[in-house]
Amino acid sequence: MSASLLSIDELGAAGVERILDLADTMAEVNRRPNPKVPALRGKTVCFAFFEDSTRTRLSFDTAAKRLSADTMTFAVSQSSLSKGESLKDTVETIAAMGVDAFVIRHRSTGAPWLVDGWTNAAVVNAGDGWHAHPTQALLDAYTVRTSLNRRDGFDGLRFAIAGDIKHSRVARSTTAAFRALGADVTWVAPQTLLPPSIGDHHVTDRLDDVIEELDVLYLLRMQNERMTEALVPNLREYTARFGLTAERAARLAPQCLVMHPGPVNRGVELAVDPAELPGAVINQQVTNGIAVRMAVLFDCLAATPDATSELERPVAQ
Amino acid sequence: MTNANQLDSTSDVSVSITDATIIDPNGTRSGSVPIATGVIVASCEPDVTIDGAGLVVCPGFVDLHTHLREPGKEEAETIETGSRAAAVGGYTAVVAMPNTDPTQDSVAVVENVRQQGIRAGLSDVHPSGSITVGRKGAELTPFAELAEVGVRIFTDDGNGVQDPQLMRRAFEYSKALGVTMAHHCEVEPLTAGAVMHEGECCSHLGLPGWPALAEELMVHRDIELVRLTGAPAHFLHLSTATSVELVRAAKADGLPVTAEATPHHLSLTDELLRSYSAIYKVNPPLRTMVDVDAVRAGIADGTIDAIATDHAPHVSETKEQPLDMAPPGMVGLETALGGSIAHLVDTGVAELADVVAAMSWTPAELARLERHGRPIEPGEPATLCVFDPTETWEVVPALLASKSRNTPFVGVPLRGRVRHTLLEGSFTVRDGRPTK
Repeated sequence: MSASLLSIDELGAAGVERILDLADTMAEVNRRPNPKVPALRGKTVCFAFFEDSTRTRLSFDTAAKRLSADTMTFAVSQSSLSKGESLKDTVETIAAMGVDAFVIRHRSTGAPWLVDGWTNAAVVNAGDGWHAHPTQALLDAYTVRTSLNRRDGFDGLRFAIAGDIKHSRVARSTTAAFRALGADVTWVAPQTLLPPSIGDHHVTDRLDDVIEELDVLYLLRMQNERMTEALVPNLREYTARFGLTAERAARLAPQCLVMHPGPVNRGVELAVDPAELPGAVINQQVTNGIAVRMAVLFDCLAATPDATSELERPVAQ
Repeated sequence: MTNANQLDSTSDVSVSITDATIIDPNGTRSGSVPIATGVIVASCEPDVTIDGAGLVVCPGFVDLHTHLREPGKEEAETIETGSRAAAVGGYTAVVAMPNTDPTQDSVAVVENVRQQGIRAGLSDVHPSGSITVGRKGAELTPFAELAEVGVRIFTDDGNGVQDPQLMRRAFEYSKALGVTMAHHCEVEPLTAGAVMHEGECCSHLGLPGWPALAEELMVHRDIELVRLTGAPAHFLHLSTATSVELVRAAKADGLPVTAEATPHHLSLTDELLRSYSAIYKVNPPLRTMVDVDAVRAGIADGTIDAIATDHAPHVSETKEQPLDMAPPGMVGLETALGGSIAHLVDTGVAELADVVAAMSWTPAELARLERHGRPIEPGEPATLCVFDPTETWEVVPALLASKSRNTPFVGVPLRGRVRHTLLEGSFTVRDGRPTK
């Protein structure tokens, strides 16, 4: 029995809370001297990365190994894919080797859903196009939950996500997760970096208007190629309007968290040394990523009472 | 059985379709249609009698917009399989789009396509020509040479002619030749990388959007070029409410503009892309219910003259790719009648006779096809479609006569199904099956 994790929408609020609770258990495993348990022994997880992402792949790889899963990696550059076999053929070939879960990263929206339709294995979406990145959203939610001690949900918390919302799967999924937990989310961006339809989302193009009221400021990576598409005139102007400068940092509430999905563009969206920001939890996000991805793999592959008892047992050294 | 079919498919056999509802340019009435030696006659001793009770007999359908893929993409469709699909859909003539490889921009290619159509013998294949050489948007195709061999429709379909000066020249130069520029309207800088309609759905899915404005700007430009030059223009596959309104206003101004819409743009919306299936990717894209309603109203009030399929076959492998990588397009010849009746007549927007007109004699006139869309009366060619207007059915992709399977209508109830198609007195489809 396996289940897939494709998006926060499909996981739902109850599913988000289930994963976050499970992540507490995984975080406890990670604090042990021997942070490895046999819960997924005998399971094979394939990391199928059709788009480069060393950080996300390492995080998943570490998570799978701490649960004693066997892992394999299929990484292709986009150029070799375009002249090679189709996504369907690739997936069916790997599935035929006997894979229990695929962790898929793909530049195309919807690719993990297609893969899910072609295989009986569980599929974990590790990022598709500009669309969804549910494990990032879950580790973000877990970081807020632990940093602000909000196990009971995010009611009343004020979040701002600043930057390139339009091209960001992180913004879409993290917004969905924060809202599912009850937070009030505001998107901060010029109209060129917003989706064409913003639905019922709160939006402002003035970070200065909201910065003092925030519990969490979430900065997105500003990519250089956005300049060539005339979406913003230049990075200096972007930083002046949407970056976290020293002046803005001084206006943050003392307990306000500063988050970023990485890698940070120093001097652009983050124009202040994060070491000088008391609320910066950017490294905690990375650390929590392991526990949350352990929770996701465990939830997809082994959420049975027997398997849960395996979490108590260390793997013999 | 084989002998009987062979016998039936020759025009030497006399046929009578009895007690049918006849719908033609003269109106709707009940009656019988006797056929001998390929033409409708006053009466005959029929070799074959077809009980027409409950059936409609009308002039065969004419598709202004068919991609037959040959030459160049024979793995997706050939002229033979495409014209067979046309016959199954009740079509007796199709205008073959020029985005072949090589492009239909020379007499040699155009004549080859026409000959393949005659060889297949399943429907009249009328090749269109491109507006620009190779559809590259740079030099004009030799319109007069192609008009000389019978080409009447010119289009760069798949792309709009971006350069307004070049489009102006195309209108001016072609005006005296008795041909029509048929235009795919898309301002390309606004649609770079676009996968689907720009709106709520694409925002949620994180896909690059194809804004309605990209179509409307070019519809507006070309209406103004028609006003300037006096040359006729036909607008392909209108998809937005504002485009329909622009054409309505141009017609009210007395300009020589015509337009078509596809069965999918009058029935389906961008919400289907939430399935992540590239079956629903098409250009122009499926839009919103507001646009669907406007397209339906445009057909009902005659702003949109014709229903045209934009039949665009693609092999399954290409449509199994993620949305951004898959090619746009849907097959449509075999579902056009069923989709149109279900979404125009059953919805109360239009009369059955309006649908038949928009699929038959109106497009025949726009394509300047003299032996199609004719009244059903003695002496006229027996080029006919016989259909059951009440049958409700669902399409089964594996059973399509087209070589490709990319229909978006799976799971969508269709109303009205073709029983027989006759081309100059020969059955190309008999009892729903192609005769060859």
